[in-house]
Amino acid sequence: MNTTIIRNGRVIDPANKRDEIADLCIVKGRIAEKSDVRDPNSDVEEIDAKGLIVAPGLIDMHVHLREPGFSHKETIESGARAAAAGGFTTIICMPNTSPVPDNSSTIAWIKDRAARVACVNVLPAGAISKNLAGEELAPIGSLATAGVVAITDDGHCIQNHEIMRRAVEYARMVGVPVLDHCQDYSLVGNGVVHEGYWSTLLGLPGWPAAGEEAIVMRNILLAELCDHPIHCQHLTTTGSVRLLREARARGVKISGEVCPHHIALTDEAIQNFDTNYKMNPPLRSQTDVDALLDGIADGTLSILCSDHAPHAEFEKEVEFDVAPFGIIGLETELGLFIDLLLHKHAKIDIVRLIEMCTIEPARLLKLDAGTLSPGARADVTLIDPALKWTVSVDQFQSASRNSPFNGWKLKGRAVRTIVGGKTVWKL
Amino acid sequence: MTTRWTRKDLLGLRELSADEINFILDTADAFKQVGTREIKKVPSLRGKTLVNFFVEPSTRTRTSFELAALRLSADVINISATISSLTKGETLKDTARNLEALHADIFVLRHGSAGAPQFLANRLKASVINAGDGAHEHPTQALLDLYTIREKRRQIAGLHVAIVGDILFSRVARSNIFGLLKLGARVTLVGPSTLVPREFEKLGVEISHKIDEVLPKADVVNLLRIQHERQRREYFPGIGEYIRFFGLTKERAKLLKADCLIMHPGPINRGVEIDSEVADGLHSVILNQVTNGLAVRMAVLYLCGGISA
Repeated sequence: MNTTIIRNGRVIDPANKRDEIADLCIVKGRIAEKSDVRDPNSDVEEIDAKGLIVAPGLIDMHVHLREPGFSHKETIESGARAAAAGGFTTIICMPNTSPVPDNSSTIAWIKDRAARVACVNVLPAGAISKNLAGEELAPIGSLATAGVVAITDDGHCIQNHEIMRRAVEYARMVGVPVLDHCQDYSLVGNGVVHEGYWSTLLGLPGWPAAGEEAIVMRNILLAELCDHPIHCQHLTTTGSVRLLREARARGVKISGEVCPHHIALTDEAIQNFDTNYKMNPPLRSQTDVDALLDGIADGTLSILCSDHAPHAEFEKEVEFDVAPFGIIGLETELGLFIDLLLHKHAKIDIVRLIEMCTIEPARLLKLDAGTLSPGARADVTLIDPALKWTVSVDQFQSASRNSPFNGWKLKGRAVRTIVGGKTVWKL
Repeated sequence: MTTRWTRKDLLGLRELSADEINFILDTADAFKQVGTREIKKVPSLRGKTLVNFFVEPSTRTRTSFELAALRLSADVINISATISSLTKGETLKDTARNLEALHADIFVLRHGSAGAPQFLANRLKASVINAGDGAHEHPTQALLDLYTIREKRRQIAGLHVAIVGDILFSRVARSNIFGLLKLGARVTLVGPSTLVPREFEKLGVEISHKIDEVLPKADVVNLLRIQHERQRREYFPGIGEYIRFFGLTKERAKLLKADCLIMHPGPINRGVEIDSEVADGLHSVILNQVTNGLAVRMAVLYLCGGISA
């Protein structure tokens, strides 16, 4: 089937400032002008998108696919299916696998594997430091040549500011942005939950907000010093938002992302020691949630992501302080963001939400994705922003089930995901 | 007494009502009598199996539970972390399910992780009694503290209780705070600002860093063990400075009200949080606490063991 016409949808393409009821044509896997659909012999697939939003395929730049090394949690294949089911056509996979992609051959393996089994575009991020140890630089130039879209030690954070500085300087030369999980190890210690009322009440080791903010501050200084983008991953605190707002106003190349759970939940959720509420950084206070929402509203936080972190049930079903951090998120992400940011808190409109999930990450990572410009690869997500649905982990495509949102009633979700002109998932 | 006991588990005092706490203390009254008889045994838990499951080392709490269970005629086995499969990588859940498959009725769990007893209680039909979980709760210790205060002072409401020392890392402190507040006491936490963070005020207690101002007003002073300075290096400058600012020295003891009770969950560091003379002095009810611990634990095992049956 060469040609697809998506009819009567609300086409929203923030990169081109387009928002109109229109038909969207796809010819040979690319977005096409209507005038290109001429061939009466061609087999045309028609998709009725009345009442739906037709958006550029969504991008999630913070996903853990666990392969190679931990395929009992997730594989590139199952993680890609989860992405498709969540409306994502491009995902960036983080380097905390085994082996760590701190070398070209592991990157090549991931790309090869993705090309063969993944139904969405899977783009690897490489490591900043060898074995994510924070001590010696990985061969960042070779990683860039091998096709990484960013470097990060995600899950780890380089503590030595000098090494981080050299990494950013070097990354500037080869043109890859640096993503950072912001955690000061000495301040955070063995903290597992937000340091505050609930950590005090429950006697769980606290993870203070200052442990994130100290590194956000460091990253602002280094982004300024090196004149190169540093992107702060999954930000959670009032202070991080304030620091970022001030730095961005001065034009520093610093950006930040937000995960759904950090605005959907507070640290109050940990009171029954359910490890599906254990993530890193941890759930914060209501004040922090409000600050994140304001940061999203005023553009300080420019990218939305999931930090999809699959773990097997037997790994999560242990004592709270020894359980691994993280929850899966690809299949609840869009629903939660629409429900929370549009419906519940009315912080942004659907156009901005799509922008934060498409062209914002695409620009940062210099991806050939995130728009519906004629000629672009036909990655398209159809969204029903008013569809009411109930989260059921049993229906997830992910190989894992570690979600705190099971049973949540949400409004809004992706109903069809198209990659390169081909429908890869449909509700 | 209209309160009826309905819980199979005792996980902490935060979840209990004042009525439930009083019901345990009243039940302990009856069992305290048993300890003074020539035949110190009652048949309440005959035929039941109790597992003393101590993943974190403890001598006095384990022994107290063991003796309490034996006096209730239960069969008791003791498992410590070093001989359990946990050291071979088996999960807590699997270990417990294996033990349950042997038809154990009551688990007494001591564990280094906050929430571990709740984790087991949610998954097992057997009773789970928290014998201390991380820095979270140590409910039977707080119950025996409450019992001792009530025994000596008849009622707890209106008393001013000072808890002194390492509050941040103390499960004894948390359980005492919850229990004392529910029973109407006024609670002041005393210690260095690093070990008594301000966040505790939100629990409904007062905080002081000046022990000399608190001692003259206190009806009860509960001293917590100060860990060796090596373990808590960054929390205070050293034992010498701790004693200078917070130690209950002989001199400071002169500030105490005549009827003030001195308590300590043990083991005592003589010369650190408390001077030897004070620990053995007239104010001290430290050994009463140990005796009462037995009665309180008998009450808890009897009540919870009766529910899981």
